[in-house]
Parts: sequence; C-alpha cells; structure tokens
Amino acid sequence: MKAQRRYIPSFHYYKRMLTGRLMLFLCSLSSLVALVPLLLIFFYTVTRGVDYLSLDFFMKMPKPVGETGGGMANAIVGTLVLIATGSAIGLPVGILTGIYLAEFGNGKFGTLVRFLADVLSGVPSIVAGVVAYGLVVIPMKHFSALAGGVAMAILMVPTVTRTTEEMIRLVPHSYREAGLALGIPQWKTTVQIVLRTAFRGIVTGILLAIARIAGETAPLLFTALGNRFWSTALDQPIASLTVFIYDYARAPFEDWNNQAWTAALVLIIIISTLSLAVRFVTRSRYTQR
Amino acid sequence: MQPETIRHTELTTSPSLADGFAPNGIKMSTTNLSAFFGELQALYDVNMEIASNRVLAIIGPSGCGKSTFLRCLNRMHEVAGGTMTGSVLLDGHDIHETDAVLVRKRVGMVFQKPNPFPTMSIFGNVAIGLRLNKGTPRNQIAELVEQSLKQAALWDEVKDSLDKSGVSLSGGQQQRLCIARTLAVNPEVILMDEPASALDPIATAKIEELIYDLKKDYTIVIVTHNMQQAARVSDHTAFFYLGRLIEFDETKKLFTNPAKKQTEEYITGRFG
Repeated sequence: MKAQRRYIPSFHYYKRMLTGRLMLFLCSLSSLVALVPLLLIFFYTVTRGVDYLSLDFFMKMPKPVGETGGGMANAIVGTLVLIATGSAIGLPVGILTGIYLAEFGNGKFGTLVRFLADVLSGVPSIVAGVVAYGLVVIPMKHFSALAGGVAMAILMVPTVTRTTEEMIRLVPHSYREAGLALGIPQWKTTVQIVLRTAFRGIVTGILLAIARIAGETAPLLFTALGNRFWSTALDQPIASLTVFIYDYARAPFEDWNNQAWTAALVLIIIISTLSLAVRFVTRSRYTQR
Repeated sequence: MQPETIRHTELTTSPSLADGFAPNGIKMSTTNLSAFFGELQALYDVNMEIASNRVLAIIGPSGCGKSTFLRCLNRMHEVAGGTMTGSVLLDGHDIHETDAVLVRKRVGMVFQKPNPFPTMSIFGNVAIGLRLNKGTPRNQIAELVEQSLKQAALWDEVKDSLDKSGVSLSGGQQQRLCIARTLAVNPEVILMDEPASALDPIATAKIEELIYDLKKDYTIVIVTHNMQQAARVSDHTAFFYLGRLIEFDETKKLFTNPAKKQTEEYITGRFG
C-alpha cells in the first residue's frame, strides 16, 4: 500500500482561509448593524409605552383636553377598519393583477403594467393621500374612513401585485405542465395548482403590505382625518393609531406624550399579532423546506 | 386522401412492418407532422402510426425532436409556445379539432423529473385530476385513487401514509405517484418522457415492469435515452435524428437488423 502523503498547506491555503474568515466576520457584523435599529426601536417603544399599557387603553375613549387617563379604543378599532377597507379594495386588485402579469403579462401591456406598478411603489405615501383626497374626499365633500381606505389601497396595490407575480413565477413550470397534462383547464390549473403552491409567498407579500399601510400617517391626515369620538362608519372621519400618535406626540401635555408611546407599542402589537395569526392559519400541512 | 386510410405499409420509413403490427388497431397517427419553436424547426414531416395496446419507444440523440414529437401528441407542444403543422389523429379524429383539455384527458403524460404537487398529500396528488375534472362523484374518488395507486404498483408502499406529502416519497416512488396521478383520470394513451432517467436501477426496473403491465389497458409511447430500456419494454421503436424520423419498425427488427445505416451506427454506439 502506498504511504499517505502528508498534506502541507501552502501560503495560498492560508490566504484563502483568512479571506473566508474575514468575509464571514464582515457579513456577521453587517447583520448585527442591521439588527440594532430594529431592536432599539422595539425596546425603546416597549420601555416608554409599557407604563400606560392597560386594559383601559384598549377599552376606554380618549379623555377631553385637560383631563388625564382614558384610552384609544376608537383609534384601535379605527386602524383595524382602515386596514380592512384598504385590504378589501387593494388585495383583490393587487392579487389579480399579479396573476395577470405572471400568467399573461409577457406582452407590451404586461410590461407597461409592471413598469407602472414599480413606479407606483416608489410614490410617496402622502401623494397617495392627495389622490384619495381628490378621488373621494372632494366628491363626498367631507373626510371619511373610505377615503383613508382608498389611500391605503393605492399604497398596497403595487407591493401585492409584484410579490404575487414573483411568487407565481417561482412556481416551477413543471407543476403547471403536470396540471395541464392531466386535462385540467388552464384557469383551474392556475388557481388550484399554481396559486396553491405560491400561496405562502403571496401571504407574506400581503402581510408586508398590510404592515406598511398600518403604519402610515401622512395619507390619513387629509383622508380619514381622525376622530376623537367613536365611529366605525365608512362615510365618517375615523380615528387611527398613527394619527393619534402624530397628534399626541406633538402635544404639550406629558400625559398625551406617554399615551403616544403606548399607542406606538399597541400598533406594533397589533401588526405582530396579525402576522402571527395569518401565518398560523395559512401554515402548510406539509413543511418541506 | 383520407388520413384514416393510411396504412403503415405506405409509410416510407417502415417498409417491413408485418400485418401483426397493430392487432388492436391504430390508436394514433401523424401525417406530415412538423413542429416549430418560433423560426426554429424541430420536427420535419413525421409520418407514424401508433398501435393500440402496444409500447412505442422513441430513441435518438439529444435534441433530435423526440420530446417535441411526444409533446405534439397531446398538444403540450403549444403550451411551451411552439407551433405545428400536419395532423395528429387520435382514433381517426384530428386532435386540433378538439379542445386541448379533452385531448389531454385522453392522452396523459408522465414527465422526466417526478413532479408531484408539493402542496398536496399522496392521496391529493392522485385525486386532483378527478377533483378538478367534473364528472367523478365524490364518493368514488377514494376508490379510484386506490385503484390507480395499485395499478402504479405503489399502493402497498403508501397505503398507511396517504396523508403524507407527495414530495416526502423517494424519487422512484414519486415517479410512480405521478404515473398513478396520470392513470387516475383514465386516459387511453400514456406518453412518457424519459420517465426513468432520474431514477436508480431498481426504481427503473419497477417502472419498466409497470410499463409492461400497463399496455394491457393503455397505449404507451415512451421517449428514452437508454437503448436497453427501449429494447426491453417496447414492441415498436422509432429512431429520430435531427428532427426526422429515420426508421420505424418492430423493436426486435430495428435492434437486430436495422434498415438504415444511421440507425445501426446509433444503436451500436458508433454515432458521430
């Protein structure tokens, strides 16, 4: 038997090893740097907001100016109503456009729609608010939850469209072919096989879009306006957590400032709960990856 | 000239086929079939007859049009954006005069790579064709799924885990699952595009055994790179080269005494 030769590492081996370690270090460091602001925001909001967090905050209405205490029940419900309205308009349009782009969008019209969606996703949110103001507030002659929902829908559509398209395009062509080869009509193949495979990715896109609109303030200022009283009517101005945060944080009362922190914390809690709940409901029965 | 009246003896490429070629009749035939991908022509005037309840193997080097020919037989060629001229008859009727969906129900297809649907259970994978195509009463689906899995020789291995994901199976089992899925919608012809090329020898042997059993009830066309496989499983073999049908004959004859020099060079490995 031949004697095994001892491997003597060369200079290049050490150089490659060091380069590898250096790159790993840089990548880890960057990940930490990216995490820091997130953690800072989270911990700071929790520490500042947790003091006023109580059942009252969820159950009670805002107190009149000058009185301390009270809650933001109307703003919490208002935010949920706005999210629901925005989603009811934005999700169907976004998802269906995404399906169209993925399945039939290879022509000029598809390219145009895709380009416009990309442009729209870069539009500042306040501009979406102005558009909703022109589309809904002016004809109705007053501010309303509906106008806020429309502004949010405008912000949702491009995100949902593009993620839906990307996720459908990620579904291997072989599944589509397998469906068609079974004699399943194209639309059923798209809905029952392709969409089902892309479903979790699409849900992630929807959640990102919802999280984004839930945190919007600017487009709500001149659409939904805000409301210090209880209202869930779509044709009336409606309260929202973000507008309350904006108002209360600027106010000269310490009690209000503290409530603004709590409102920020509650907003984070609502969005996280929503994400977790949706992920739980839509979890895959067959976890593969 | 009525396409139905074409006899195999008239086909220039298969002069020696005897009367025993198609004891159960001709299931499919192609007349001057040419296929294109945009400007690129992939098939040139293929005339072929496919006998009922027989296995037809299609051999030839890569890029010779084997798969394209197969995909023309159930109109999957057009799904990839291709076009074709000439005619393909199924039981004497032009498949382009029928809805593509109906053609694919009668002419099923098994692909090269096993592709069970990842979001569905083993049961769901087999049942999907029945569920999405109208006409199967709900209470019969379970029975048909069992029957299909038995036909695909997979039932004994999966009967206790029908709820598990289809992609949890091994590669060979996945391919048999795909065959079961194809069988469930009860096609008349099954097209197989290199069904065993991604599988190990044992799984391959199982698929080959299965093909042999299935020809009692189905007409099978199989594309393969493996000439031993073609010789083992098929009754008839067609040799394609550069998009043209070079020779078409009984498998035994084609492998032992090929009429064309190109065929001989290919099957003896002296190609090039």
